[in-house]
Amino acid sequence: MIDSASSQTLPVTLPVLATVGINKRFHQLQASDNISLQLRPGEIHALIGPNGAGKSTLIMQIAGELKPDSGHVLLNGDDVTGLSTAARARAGLARTFQVSALAAENSVLQNTLLGCLGAQGRRLGMFKSVMRAGKLRENAEEALQRVGLLDQANARAAEISHGQRRQLEIAIALTLKPKAFVMDEPMAGLGTSGSAFLISLLDGLRHEAPILLVEHDMDAVFALADRISVLVYGQIIASGTVKEIRQNAAVKKAYLGEDI
Amino acid sequence: MRRETIINSLLLGALLCFPIWAAFVDEPFYISLATRVAIFALAGVGLNIALGLGGLVSFGHASFFGLGGYAMGVLASHAQTYTPVMELPFLIEGTNSMPVIWLVAMGLSGVAAALIGALSLRTSGVYFIMITLAFAQMFYYFTISWSAYGGEDGLSIYVRNTFPGLNTLDPIQFFGISFVLLSLALCLFARFQNSAFGLALNAARQSPARVETIGITPYRIRLLAFVISGMITGLAGALFADLNRFVSPSMFSWQTSGEIMVFVILGGVARLCGPVAGAIVFVALEHVLGGLSEYWHIYLGSILLVIVLFARGGIVGLLAGRQVVHD
Repeated sequence: MIDSASSQTLPVTLPVLATVGINKRFHQLQASDNISLQLRPGEIHALIGPNGAGKSTLIMQIAGELKPDSGHVLLNGDDVTGLSTAARARAGLARTFQVSALAAENSVLQNTLLGCLGAQGRRLGMFKSVMRAGKLRENAEEALQRVGLLDQANARAAEISHGQRRQLEIAIALTLKPKAFVMDEPMAGLGTSGSAFLISLLDGLRHEAPILLVEHDMDAVFALADRISVLVYGQIIASGTVKEIRQNAAVKKAYLGEDI
Repeated sequence: MRRETIINSLLLGALLCFPIWAAFVDEPFYISLATRVAIFALAGVGLNIALGLGGLVSFGHASFFGLGGYAMGVLASHAQTYTPVMELPFLIEGTNSMPVIWLVAMGLSGVAAALIGALSLRTSGVYFIMITLAFAQMFYYFTISWSAYGGEDGLSIYVRNTFPGLNTLDPIQFFGISFVLLSLALCLFARFQNSAFGLALNAARQSPARVETIGITPYRIRLLAFVISGMITGLAGALFADLNRFVSPSMFSWQTSGEIMVFVILGGVARLCGPVAGAIVFVALEHVLGGLSEYWHIYLGSILLVIVLFARGGIVGLLAGRQVVHD
């Protein structure tokens, strides 16, 4: 492990999001093996690893969709391991999905408004139109503007392109004004120009809230990540800066291949 | 104006004009047919909140329809015999005042929906359908053996209940009451559909994971929708009992649950006036084909099959096209 070496180069601050010794077992498969990760303020922390390494399982435990067998998830220092997904979202965790989870029959704007409703945290109005002009709608439109999707506001989520759905996922996460983002392969299936746009968006976003980024696109990871953790067979085999990971022999052997 | 708005106006206009015409030509039977449509549609609007907006396929809405019916039956039968419903721990008198009966019917249905929903909403899919059905069957068999209120034979009420300032025995006036209540329920449905609550409920139907990820718990909003849905169907049950001046365990039967579901699916799931269109077609078929053969349900079944296979938006969807998201 080279984590101790890299932590000296960064200011020691309380991590926004952390897992402490998370274990998860499915029958014979140890999907998470004593995983401890830290997401610090202002950083993009990339989580990479081959297919089946347990990345999605880890994300699901962080987001609250799966319960770890042992270990803890900390958000801003508070133990949220016992909280539901919804409660974690209210506590400031914004997660995007690998396969877009959207209200497909509703419009792009309505999907974004949904995020604003969640962020607002008040009882849901039952009688007033949710579409009426106001703070809620302004926030939704601002988020769409930022991801470059405002011109598609009235289109159904089912009818926009795959790339636009990825943008919408991020717009919804933005409306939550979270303390930490957890993004599960936001670049998946995007073309070169789409990726480039998203990279520049995420690059700026890290200063609003740090991002735990699960990603297969290595160009994106190397362009964005402040630190990288490598997950293989449920274990973090290395954690460090981009440079350190590129040079790490174990990582090369386990995952990245020769030309890196 | 949107096409669906025009279709809705035509449906409600037709439902309003038909009994008025019948009153002019002195055909009270047709007025009671229209009243039947309005009451069935009201029950359907109730179910449409759970089924259409929330995607909750309740096969037990007969529970609430029947509770509404028995609320009316029990209160009115005691008013008829001048005996109290109960004396201990506190005195409850019978009544034949419609507004009081409606409140009791809605209150009972609401409480029942909260209990049934709290349990059954922990399941989904086929289990949800079965649990809601099981609750309705419990009520059904309970009332069959409830000899104090007629058991299997049901309970007849000799005089229609009263509404301040109206003569409820005049068919057109009773139709008016039913139609106004239907209209109010439709207003409520339209409000819900466009509200924050409706948006979250609709999204929870399509992608529960999404709704949780933004910090809203689907269970809570579904439970609220289920309770409101049950209350409206309960109100329809009380009116239905008043229309027939008769309640029987068949109001709790699974066929009743199925019929309420047919109104919604035939007319258009989640469409504002879907239940109105569904109830019109149901009652029309029942009247026209029911006169020819007692097996008229075969034709209803065939129509339902065609609608489900080829017109997912039901009759309203067929006439008005796809639902507009927003402008």
